Amino acid sequence: MKIEKKFFKLTSLQLASLQEIERIKREMMFTLPELTSDITVKVNTEAEKSAAVRRPIEPVGRYFLQHAQRTLRNHTWSEFEKIQAEKNVKTVDESTQDPDELLFDDELTDESLLTHDPRDWKTADLYAAMGLSKLRYRANNSQIIKSHRKQVLKHHPDKKSAAGAGLEQDGFFKIIQKAYETLTDSTKRSQYDSCDFNADVEQPKKGTEYNFFEVWGPVFEAEARFSKKQPVPSLGDVNTPKKEVEQFYSFWHRFDSWRTFEFLDEDVPDDSSNRDQKRYTERKNKAARDKKKTADNARLVKLVERVANEDPRIKLFKEEEKKEKERKKWERDAGARAEAEAAAKADAEARARAEADAVSEASAKADKKKAKETAKAAKKKNKRTVRNAPKEADYFGDSDKAAAIDEQVGFIVETVDDELLVEVSTKIKSSPSTTKETLQETAAALSGSGKLPASVLPYFL
Amino acid sequence: MSSPIIGITFGNTSSSIAYINPKNDVDVIANPDGERSIPSVLSYVGADEYHGGQALQQLVRNSANTIINFRDLIGLPFAQADVSKCAAGAPAIEIDGKVGFAIKRGEDKEEKITVDEVISRHLNKLKLAAEDYIGSKVRQVVLTVPTNFNDNQKEALKNAASKAGLEVVQFINEPSAALLAHVEQYPFEKDVNVVVADFGGVRSDAAVIAIRNGIYTILATKHDTSLGGDNLDTELIEYFAKDFQKKTSTNPTKNVRSLAKLRANAIITKKTLSNATTATISIDSLADGYDYHTSINRMRFELVTNKVFSQFSAFVEDVIAKAELDPLDIHAVILSGGVAFTPKLANNFEFLFPESVKILGPNAKESSNQPNELTASGAALQARLVSSYDADELSEALKPVIINTPHIPKAIGLIGSQGEFCPVFLAETSFPAQKKLTLKNAKGDLLVGVYEGDHHIEEKTLEPTPKEEKKDDDEEEEEWSDSEDDEPEIIREKLYTFSTKLMELGIKGVTKGVEIVFNLNKEGVLKVSARDLKSGNVVKGEL
Repeated sequence: MKIEKKFFKLTSLQLASLQEIERIKREMMFTLPELTSDITVKVNTEAEKSAAVRRPIEPVGRYFLQHAQRTLRNHTWSEFEKIQAEKNVKTVDESTQDPDELLFDDELTDESLLTHDPRDWKTADLYAAMGLSKLRYRANNSQIIKSHRKQVLKHHPDKKSAAGAGLEQDGFFKIIQKAYETLTDSTKRSQYDSCDFNADVEQPKKGTEYNFFEVWGPVFEAEARFSKKQPVPSLGDVNTPKKEVEQFYSFWHRFDSWRTFEFLDEDVPDDSSNRDQKRYTERKNKAARDKKKTADNARLVKLVERVANEDPRIKLFKEEEKKEKERKKWERDAGARAEAEAAAKADAEARARAEADAVSEASAKADKKKAKETAKAAKKKNKRTVRNAPKEADYFGDSDKAAAIDEQVGFIVETVDDELLVEVSTKIKSSPSTTKETLQETAAALSGSGKLPASVLPYFL
Repeated sequence: MSSPIIGITFGNTSSSIAYINPKNDVDVIANPDGERSIPSVLSYVGADEYHGGQALQQLVRNSANTIINFRDLIGLPFAQADVSKCAAGAPAIEIDGKVGFAIKRGEDKEEKITVDEVISRHLNKLKLAAEDYIGSKVRQVVLTVPTNFNDNQKEALKNAASKAGLEVVQFINEPSAALLAHVEQYPFEKDVNVVVADFGGVRSDAAVIAIRNGIYTILATKHDTSLGGDNLDTELIEYFAKDFQKKTSTNPTKNVRSLAKLRANAIITKKTLSNATTATISIDSLADGYDYHTSINRMRFELVTNKVFSQFSAFVEDVIAKAELDPLDIHAVILSGGVAFTPKLANNFEFLFPESVKILGPNAKESSNQPNELTASGAALQARLVSSYDADELSEALKPVIINTPHIPKAIGLIGSQGEFCPVFLAETSFPAQKKLTLKNAKGDLLVGVYEGDHHIEEKTLEPTPKEEKKDDDEEEEEWSDSEDDEPEIIREKLYTFSTKLMELGIKGVTKGVEIVFNLNKEGVLKVSARDLKSGNVVKGEL
């Protein structure tokens, strides 16, 4: 307090600026009083703090949002501090990284470029010279500018000479400049990209084993750079639906390429030299370009054809198609097949019926025969019974007339019809005692019906 | 980058748009005419619609079809709205109980526009200007409003904005926005009370805001819709009119067009005088075919407008009184709004307040030199903050549960070695709060005495220092010291006295300093812990 007062005097007298006082005050450390009694913790529990007043705070500024966050998520102070600290670290990490830098080459990929003759710059790999060998045709303008700056910083002849090399060793720098010139001009760049064979992806040899999608995917991605139409459909994978696969191939079959071959032109002699010579060279160049273009188109056609042939999906689709066709045909023929089936069934049934008929007929015939035979046998038996009946009955006591009786019974048996015969024989069998009466009845019936003349049967009539 | 959220300050007189540019700086956006402070004026000539400065120029010839000062009318029934401010432009009429304007568009064609529609058109123009500048679509906005806007007005404003294709992410109070913008540039090192005084064209607003741990609490506000920069213009016009009448015996204020001409030129002269000490005014054919040409210096201007300036001063004193504070409790006065450009304003305040109060006008060292852009910048800064939150999170955060927090009415602090009170939590600190105090020089056995403190203002009359014996030196110096010492000096000091003892902690054998942590949680429980920095011993107390 004393010190403060003193400062105040200072201000009023010496008119020291306000800021100065602030600074001094800040530097002046606040000191705690000496501990006079032995206290560790003494809380005045009776003390009532003045009642709090509720007021709205202004919902602005980061401290408010932090307050809101703490309250909403129920963070304690230490938790909150930790979260804040983590957040801060993250932002620093993010801000220091330029994502483009990661895509540039760290080292020169082709050391021979350093000794490449700058006059033959067309044969040098310009992207490698720019440190863009990973990006190539994918590099955008800002990346080209950035990497050019980086390369220039590294390879500027002033730098080189400072490192001990002579000032005249600026071949590579010239190539870099040429590359920058080419790649930043859209026409020149498209011409160069057309002839940047380093960007092509190697194709697999025929007849070797390889993963179709892993190998051909990048090939088509690289080829796609020449397409006038963008975006280019991708090769896809095994599970690509048929429609997309078809789109892919129809796109590539109808591929519209902007690829040109001006970059490989022979240099046209400048105006001062022979005009005819110039025209001749131009003509030759154009012919060469056209030839190359045709060859390139043919190459692509061949490539697409080959891939289409090797595409496992197409094979799969073909197989599926075949199966589908068969299934369809099968479905279509269903009516005819059912008819044929019904006919066959009817046929079989008829045949079976005929067979059964034949069997039953045969058996019936046999039965009949058998019955006939049994009937015959029965008749025979009956006849014999009747014939033997008088003998059994001891010729009814007239054994002297046995021969006549036998003869006459013989006549009866031969004449009597089957039914009567059965009747007679059963009668005789059932009551052998009445044999004579039975025979007499029979004889009477026979003679009565006129079948036998009574004269032949004297004994019984 | 997805479409940025912009900040818009929509004032009665002028509006500003700001956004955070990709370099992470605040950009105040100029409209296609190059105006960063865009007049809130719409004017119609036939089928054409004019906006901003172009519309303002129409006020001279086409005042009946030029709509001005319409912001405050939104969401108010016609009976309650004060439409007198619009009188200089298109007169306000009643449309369905609300305020509206009847505008002539071409021959016999009258269009009736409600104020909501006017605002929506105005916001749309601002949006287009922002889109032109940023180069991408703008859909979301943080809008500032005066602290006395009610919910109806905010709702109406929100609807008008959505009609213009802008979603209002958050409404923030104008003084808080201005403070936010100031603090972002020149952070206060301690907890302080500040006055944000916004003197606009037709209204003045002031708020006393307590900053505690970076959180703002408005302690008092004051509004005056009859005080503003226009009052300065009126005084100046009166002065010029008298002068003109003296020269030509014609009164230009009798003629509407002459008055409008004079007003437009007086405003320019006023603005010039903020930067230069003299300015000329020159109007061809002001009235009755007489030209008017004269020059005026800053001193004359200040004399002419002295009455208004003293109103400004009284206005700010009132708001401090309303907050039941003393000028000594105030750390700084932040001036915002167009009037803040006039150097006299800041000068007046410097005389009015004790030296401990910083007056942060456009010429102060630690303040923005564009006081009329403070609010818009604050809105843009807030927009950046809320852009990392999704809508749900934000609406959660804006609920009354979070916003209405308890504040301690009295300071809580420590007793010092000289028996003085060192406040740790000042009065009006909202809690939960936590504060760390590191005393690197502390040594030995120490007492941590925690008290509640009252503060009061002590006035002392310092006896004039006895006059030094006259020396035959410099006459001038003598005179200077005379004037200095003649009157007894009154020294006012802010002093704390101890009221309630809350707790005492003892910590022994400190060699390399202590760290004292004050923690006041949601329920108002005060926890104080003292930690020996060297040994890590901790003594804790809880109340």
